[in-house]
Amino acid sequence: MLEKALKGNRRYWSWVGFLLVIIGAGFFFYLRQLNVGLGITGMSRDVSWGFYIAQFTFLVGVAASAVMVVLPHYLHDVKAFGKLTILGELLAIASVTMCLLFIVVDLGQPQRMLNIVLHPTPHSILFWDMVVLNGYLLLNVIISRVSLLAERKGEHPPAWIKAVVYLSILWAVSIHTVTAFIYSGLAARPFWLTAVLAPRFLASAFAAGPALLILLCLILRRLSHFDAGDEAISKIALIVTYAMAINVFFILMEVFTAFYSEIPEHLDHFRYLFLGLEGHHRLVPWMWISVILALISLILLINPKTRHNHRMLTIACCAVFFSIWIDKGLGMVVTGFVPNPLGRVMEYWPTLPEALISLGIYGIGALMVTGFYRIALALRGELGETSGGGS
Amino acid sequence: MSLDRRGFFRLAGLTAVGAQLPVLSRAGGSGPLEPAGKAIEGKRFAMVIDLAACHEHPECNRCIEACDRSHNIPKIPAEAHEIKWIWKEEFEHAFPASNSPYLKGELAEKPVLLMCNHCDNPPCVRVCPTQATWKREDGVVMMDWHRCIGCRYCIAACPYGSRSFNWVDPRQYLKERNPDFPTRTKGVVEKCNLCEERLAEGKIPACAESCPHGAIHFGDISDPDSPIRKLLEERFAIRRKPVLGTEPQVYYLV
Repeated sequence: MLEKALKGNRRYWSWVGFLLVIIGAGFFFYLRQLNVGLGITGMSRDVSWGFYIAQFTFLVGVAASAVMVVLPHYLHDVKAFGKLTILGELLAIASVTMCLLFIVVDLGQPQRMLNIVLHPTPHSILFWDMVVLNGYLLLNVIISRVSLLAERKGEHPPAWIKAVVYLSILWAVSIHTVTAFIYSGLAARPFWLTAVLAPRFLASAFAAGPALLILLCLILRRLSHFDAGDEAISKIALIVTYAMAINVFFILMEVFTAFYSEIPEHLDHFRYLFLGLEGHHRLVPWMWISVILALISLILLINPKTRHNHRMLTIACCAVFFSIWIDKGLGMVVTGFVPNPLGRVMEYWPTLPEALISLGIYGIGALMVTGFYRIALALRGELGETSGGGS
Repeated sequence: MSLDRRGFFRLAGLTAVGAQLPVLSRAGGSGPLEPAGKAIEGKRFAMVIDLAACHEHPECNRCIEACDRSHNIPKIPAEAHEIKWIWKEEFEHAFPASNSPYLKGELAEKPVLLMCNHCDNPPCVRVCPTQATWKREDGVVMMDWHRCIGCRYCIAACPYGSRSFNWVDPRQYLKERNPDFPTRTKGVVEKCNLCEERLAEGKIPACAESCPHGAIHFGDISDPDSPIRKLLEERFAIRRKPVLGTEPQVYYLV
């Protein structure tokens, strides 16, 4: 089945080659990081988690979001999503793989990572995150493999796979909940110590992930004969609309509690994020870009006229994706450390090696999505060979 | 059953606490092993720092130097990569909740000694995914540098900033080495170990021993007749962020 990813035209191979160059650069800098230590990054004694852990957190959301096409299809018999579930599941596989890679590159002693398995520690949330992420990866590999094999034979997938699918629906919720618990259970970090963190993570995931899926479908429509169908796209767009609205609502809840209660150790983090603290405001312009993108996306999504217009929908989905990426992939993790528990402000910004290592991991994810989608489309004969390209 | 490293430490700790056995000298070799002094035992170790006594000598860094020397702590020039076991901090940062804008004089202006609080309910131990950090029966919060994977979850969980990560190879910044204590590799977390290696040899922690002004007291807080309990009965003491429920075991006399 995998051999289908090894056939393609010039455009496909230039895209694959481009990704391989990015991956190679990331790998080169990772070797340097192994040699020098994590001191090669912008992290510090005060801001001890940075870009890597933030990307991990963001991508757990993208992985979990597959459930937004799987659940309506299997539990509510939404037939329009029939062609899409496999794309969601394959996207989830690529995303979880990126998550695991981001954890590995963040470890100071990656060669010892099996210690998590050798000394299982149920009172550590990180242990449970390892369990749920690997479990979710396994579930999606099983589901997508079985459904693709069935499709190749032109059969219906076996009945038992439904049970696995139902399990994966619950499991998707668990991966982002447990990931939120990594943060929201720490008394030392008031910024994260909020019960709304897990719901907020889920809402933002169910906006950003499906938004990415819409973008991928629109790209596939141009590059191949695969057409998700207008009905499916408009249904996902509606899901993105509700999820984004709920996400913004949750953020406003946080802002109200922080600014109205005026408890300094809670408020200072929000001040740092949106206004700047003691002359430090590196994240402020980013956060306001995130706010503006969120507003633009909501205006375009809530208005049915713009939502049904695919050009406007593309803009809205990009806005949703980057707004949430800034919020989770840039602001959320770092701000938990600024100010530090002693009330001192030490700022963080990723270094070039750190950024390139991260880009390399995103390159691996993009390569996986490209190869997987190519296989899926080839099996259905929807590749559109003359113009066939990656995603 | 094989005895892993942690099991060994636990056994060593229990031996030191309970059995009153002399701890055998580390230098083995041929010939009979000789006891190197009786281990200090206690049900619950704690530290009491007398801020007034410490403030009389603001230029004194004897405790920090003794600790750094004893534990091979490197002097790393980049502030971002510093390793700190015991260090000085301004009062308003050491006790952000106890700060008064009108406070003048020694308390407001002179530094406070900070270190690991060896909490009774340590959040670092709760979050560690490999049990590379754990609490001993006698309250010492330990670190196994050979098991730590460097995930830094414990640093995120510590409300006191007491943990440091080796962002770079620390050995390149060590001018002189104490051969009796291990050096660390890059990529692991470390912190104050309450001089467990000295306790096992019957010595009190290096900071307490080196303080010429009697400002650092160490003892068994579970013993009502211990000198540190007497100090805490007579003078008002504060702890860092006690509201978080971590039960820090470093007390500051004000």
